[in-house]
Amino acid sequence: MTAPEQELSDLRRATTRRRSDNSAGERTRSRPTRRRAGGIRGRERWAGLLFVGPGLAVLLIFLVVPIGLAFYVSLTRWDGLSSPFGNGAKFTGLQNYRSLLTEDSLTRQNLAVSVRNNFYFVLFVVPIQTMLALFLAVLLNNRFLKGKSYFRTAFYFPSVTSSIAITLVFLFLFQGGGAVNRLLDFVGIRGPNWLADSRGVFHQVLRIFGVDAAPDWAKHEFLNLSWWDWLSGPSIAMCVIIILVIWTTSGTFMLMFLAALQNIPEEVEEASEIDGATQWQRFRLVTLPMLRPALLLVLTLGLIGTWQVFDQIYLTGNNPATITPAYLSYNQSFQNSMFGVGAAISFLQFALIIVLSTIQRRLVGTGEDY
Amino acid sequence: MRIPAARMAVAVAAGVAMLITAACGSSGPSAPKTSAGGGKTTGLHLTLLIGSSGDAETNAVNAAAKAWGTKSGNTVTVTPAKDLTLELTQALAGGSPPDLFYVDASKFAGLVKANALVPYGDQLPNKADFYPSLVKSFSANGKFYCAPKDFSTLALEINTDMWTKAGLTDADIPTNWDQLEAAAKKLTKGGVTGLVFSDTLDRVDAFMRQAGGSLLNADGTEFTANSPENLAGLQYVAKLAKEGVLKFPKQTDTGWGGEAIGKNKAAMTIEGNWIVGGVKSDFPKLHYKVVELPAGPKGKATLSFTNCWGIAQKSKNQAAAIDFVKFLTSTDQQMAFANAFGVMPSVQSAKSQFTAAFPDQQAFVAGADYATGPTSLPGFDQVQKDFDSKILGLSDGSSNPQSMVDDLQKNAEAALKSAG
Repeated sequence: MTAPEQELSDLRRATTRRRSDNSAGERTRSRPTRRRAGGIRGRERWAGLLFVGPGLAVLLIFLVVPIGLAFYVSLTRWDGLSSPFGNGAKFTGLQNYRSLLTEDSLTRQNLAVSVRNNFYFVLFVVPIQTMLALFLAVLLNNRFLKGKSYFRTAFYFPSVTSSIAITLVFLFLFQGGGAVNRLLDFVGIRGPNWLADSRGVFHQVLRIFGVDAAPDWAKHEFLNLSWWDWLSGPSIAMCVIIILVIWTTSGTFMLMFLAALQNIPEEVEEASEIDGATQWQRFRLVTLPMLRPALLLVLTLGLIGTWQVFDQIYLTGNNPATITPAYLSYNQSFQNSMFGVGAAISFLQFALIIVLSTIQRRLVGTGEDY
Repeated sequence: MRIPAARMAVAVAAGVAMLITAACGSSGPSAPKTSAGGGKTTGLHLTLLIGSSGDAETNAVNAAAKAWGTKSGNTVTVTPAKDLTLELTQALAGGSPPDLFYVDASKFAGLVKANALVPYGDQLPNKADFYPSLVKSFSANGKFYCAPKDFSTLALEINTDMWTKAGLTDADIPTNWDQLEAAAKKLTKGGVTGLVFSDTLDRVDAFMRQAGGSLLNADGTEFTANSPENLAGLQYVAKLAKEGVLKFPKQTDTGWGGEAIGKNKAAMTIEGNWIVGGVKSDFPKLHYKVVELPAGPKGKATLSFTNCWGIAQKSKNQAAAIDFVKFLTSTDQQMAFANAFGVMPSVQSAKSQFTAAFPDQQAFVAGADYATGPTSLPGFDQVQKDFDSKILGLSDGSSNPQSMVDDLQKNAEAALKSAG
């Protein structure tokens, strides 16, 4: 028997055995199968590797290698105008990270501002969009609602439209003399020049209570930004983007909640009804716990997505009121020709997302399913 | 065959992986290989990457490439970039840059430092014909690197309908700061602001220079951003902004000065040559005239914006590329470009032809004599953007001119130090 024939018969035997374990004839003819290391299963492993090979290669080339390269770049001073492995790039170890975090510079100040902006962005967007998505999903899940598919499409529509197009529409709506301010004019309110306004919302609220400038304790600086500035709240320009993003993404998350809601067995709800639960009790004590996996998914996706917000910021332009770490990373790399610093910023952001996602996972639940 | 199937599988997988990596590695056309920098100038294939302002420019460059190609026996592929900085960076980082590409004056220093450009300027026969200020923009380490493609200068554009309606005549055209302020005051009424220009250092710098200041010292080694002269220029801008006779496009719901004047929200604006084409297509009914920027306390000054024809150090067709540039920068070809998409020729010999063809644009040409180029320094971009973001605050007094120039100085020094 030649080697391929041997393999073929081995294979055939394996399948038959699995199918009919009690076949006596097979058993009498069977010889010891552990002749070679790995044996039959080993060959299956190779076949498996062959099948996942192309996929693995794609992942390796387009995911693992770029990430590794980006990390290498973050350890260099590279202007992007020559090969990163040539003379154009100087290996500087952790210098980029050190200067971003410890040296008093414009870049550090920009980083602090962008982290602050993004923090408030996340703080407002994630809870509101989750609640809104859940609310819409519960509404749509109502058995007696008419025109369900119409509403589903309507709520989902902003999610499938190009974010660039929607952002442009918002830019027009929120111009100084745009539709929003015209409407406000009707009711006698003079609206701000939304997208150019870098004043913090919390500062504006405090102003109503007569707090106009930083109290002494808030004058101390952390990463080039005084505590007063850290506590400014989202800028008015950022508020526009917060509204925009809540509006566009809650549709996607609504679908996730809707799918989860439809998975809840009706019997469970009926049982709670028979036990005398009010509608609110039923929602709080039955529906919500059963939605926990979906809730965790939505919160995690929301958190990661909001820390990476870029297109909306890119379109509103380079404005300290709205810059985020993702935009700053792009700006440092391509506009300012400091690819090392840009890459370092994105890795710092990566670390931040990991830390926050872990915390959030701990807070929301055990995370058994995800 | 005695090869076990398993080993074959590995071989196949490895082969596939190699094919994929190979395909990724060798992007770009397989140009005929000649010895680097060799004298061969025919039968070659050149690549040219341009940052086009629109179809008019792309078509004109294509036509020029075809004309030179037929004359010299070469072929040229012209690629209009969607984002020139981005695409050029990618090409250079990948090690296969186009032979020829536009170089913005503000990116010039970075490219020189990365040794990406061939310093061929001194080989050009019409070297002395280029405007000296443009040659200076593209010179470094005592070498003239690349031929200026064309240029634009800043000038003052006036809406003539509003001008006459406000009772102003040609005699009132501002020639100094006080007159500019007076005219802006007279023109500001209702929804119209006297003067609107973009909130960027690329406008404010002109006022700083009119006040006798400059961002860098004469030999470009040190920043002098917080000099009293620069402060005076910025304070003048701040004064107009506070009086409400100067506004910035964001405050008038427009994107730039041309749109502000075109939509009748501004009576005057400060823009470069590009406003001519922009206004012609978007606001054909606008009546306006272009005059020189008014002089400051220390005389006239304006800013120039320019590109050059960069030749890649890595190009295999350098000799042919230089020949192509000679053709592109010739007086006739530059006039063809001027006719096609409204730029100003970079050679002085085309000056009279240009002013004869475009008498309305006299003021832009006049600016060439006293214009200075932008600050070119790797890492200056974020410094400028930080400054720009504070200009809007001059209107309501939330930005302080003194601290603005102090920050500019501090950040620019840091950029210079880290670039050095």
